[in-house]
Amino acid sequence: MAKTIKEKKPKIKPGKLEKREARMGYVFVAPWLIGVVLFLLYPLGQSFRYVWYNIRITPVKTNFIWVGTGNFTQIWLENAEFPQQLVTYIWQTIVEVPIIVVFALMIAIMLNGKIKMRGFFRLIFFLPVIIVSGPVMNMLVSEGASTIPSMNVQTIISAFNTFLPLKAAQGVGEIFSNMIMILWYSGVQILIFLSALQKVDPALYEAAKIDGGSGWECFWKITLPTIKPMILLNAVYTVIFLSGNEQNQLINMIENAMFSGTKEKGYGYASAMAWMYAVVVTLIVLLFFLLLGSKKDSYDRMADRRKKALKKEERLHRKIQRRNRRNAGKRERALSSGKYKTYDGSGDY
Amino acid sequence: MGKQLIVYGLLICIGFVYLYPMLYMFSTSLMNRDDLLDTSVKWIPSSFYLQNYVDAAKSMDFWPTFGKGILIALLPTLCNVVICMMVGYGFAKYEFKGKKIMMGILLFSYILPSQVTMIPTYVLYNKMGILGTILTFVLPALFGNGLNAPIFILIFYQFFRQVPKVLMEAASIDGAGHIRAFFRIAVPSAIPAIVTVILFSFVWYWNESYLTEMYVRGLSTKSIWTNLVIQLKNFDSSFNTKASVGDTATSLNESVRMAATALSILPLFVMYLILQRQFVESIDRAGITGE
Repeated sequence: MAKTIKEKKPKIKPGKLEKREARMGYVFVAPWLIGVVLFLLYPLGQSFRYVWYNIRITPVKTNFIWVGTGNFTQIWLENAEFPQQLVTYIWQTIVEVPIIVVFALMIAIMLNGKIKMRGFFRLIFFLPVIIVSGPVMNMLVSEGASTIPSMNVQTIISAFNTFLPLKAAQGVGEIFSNMIMILWYSGVQILIFLSALQKVDPALYEAAKIDGGSGWECFWKITLPTIKPMILLNAVYTVIFLSGNEQNQLINMIENAMFSGTKEKGYGYASAMAWMYAVVVTLIVLLFFLLLGSKKDSYDRMADRRKKALKKEERLHRKIQRRNRRNAGKRERALSSGKYKTYDGSGDY
Repeated sequence: MGKQLIVYGLLICIGFVYLYPMLYMFSTSLMNRDDLLDTSVKWIPSSFYLQNYVDAAKSMDFWPTFGKGILIALLPTLCNVVICMMVGYGFAKYEFKGKKIMMGILLFSYILPSQVTMIPTYVLYNKMGILGTILTFVLPALFGNGLNAPIFILIFYQFFRQVPKVLMEAASIDGAGHIRAFFRIAVPSAIPAIVTVILFSFVWYWNESYLTEMYVRGLSTKSIWTNLVIQLKNFDSSFNTKASVGDTATSLNESVRMAATALSILPLFVMYLILQRQFVESIDRAGITGE
């Protein structure tokens, strides 16, 4: 009896149709797979190999000279600029990403309200995405078009210096002097937030209003939890954008090191720089993941608890069923062996 | 009402800050040398001096560069669209072994800065003999690893997941194979996503100067491939050499540089004005934010 029950629920093996479907999946993904091997994994492995070598290119052939961790020690001990720029980059990214994201959210909320000329404002705020590129930015910055002349950064720094240490005050000043750049980097983020905001169910706001919730409460309890995944998405997007941007001194340094004709620099040296840079970028992305991704709000936690309880109940239920079946089998066997009589309803056994 | 006024005020202020560099650029680019030196002329030049544009265009080789720029942006974009659509469809509609790992690699390839793989890729292209040609952009795009391809694959992935499975089943009952279902049903339904990807891919390729200079130009001045943004990057030196060779006694000043910047922005700016609707609504319709 027990055996037959087991046979009723066989382990599901992929059938012919499913196998064929899976094969089609591979066919569709195949170009990308080849590309990954050719343009991602192979270069990645190669660059990991380069890190340990000093590579000199002669017209005849390329010479690989094993230096071990030599490239790293050289970068950290002899190159004054790279570590400094790396620290600046980390500091800048960690400060600028929240500013950009919060700013984009603010603009998106304003644009999401009932205002006239919404299309026109959208047009303006999205314009930088179209025209922003390294050389254009460099040109504008070098001609002083990126700072508003009436904004006196020095005054702002000294004002903040009264209650902040100089370093932090300078950071704040830096933000103000780069205000336009920071604003210009938030075009895509605004659009992503905007389209997320439009998908929030208006019935939620109505319900909250009936229960006497203010606009402020609605923002924290409804808007923010709903668009939370988008905040993470935007933060990651911003980090990647800032790290690949040509305003970023580090990537120019890597390029320069790659083609500098000096003996100690070259491909290996540049690869070592690039790897350290990549690790830092990944760590920053991870940081934002931890900050924004893992935390669940109380409702999520409640739902999780309920789900767990439900599962437990189900398990118990199954256990009881199993026991019942076992017992049923036993009883049947006992009955068929003729040891016991069945109760025929007549009153005596 | 007061709240509305505050919102409008803020939007207009921030909008002005947004447009400030553009306004500054256009106004400066129209000034002649006297206006530049005259401190009483701030925003509106005394006369519209278009010679700056003529000089800048001459130095940049505007029309040939413009054409090459379009090619450099358009060809990889087309490859990007087709391949990313296929890959996104494969990920969205089929279950197969290792899918999760592949998606992980996809995300990883987005986070990874291109500088890490840049050097070996450069060596690889050099070995293949395609360095300094447009193939350096077309080939990766053809294999789903073009510029920002992970984003596009994810856009299509998101989009195709929303296409009801019933539609595909109906097609297969009517006798359509997998390939046919893809071309006849998936592709036509994905037009909003296709538009989004074309626009963004084009713009990003157009504005990419770092990788374009490295691969397509191959870092040699002899290469015929260039685009406006690269010309702008090397504007100062090329302007000086051309000015010294030529007979015109023009000198490099802010106005000419701003005119060059304006010229390199102009094509995309015009395109934006024409296609503004598609641009600003594209993210909405492509369903990046999910349903």
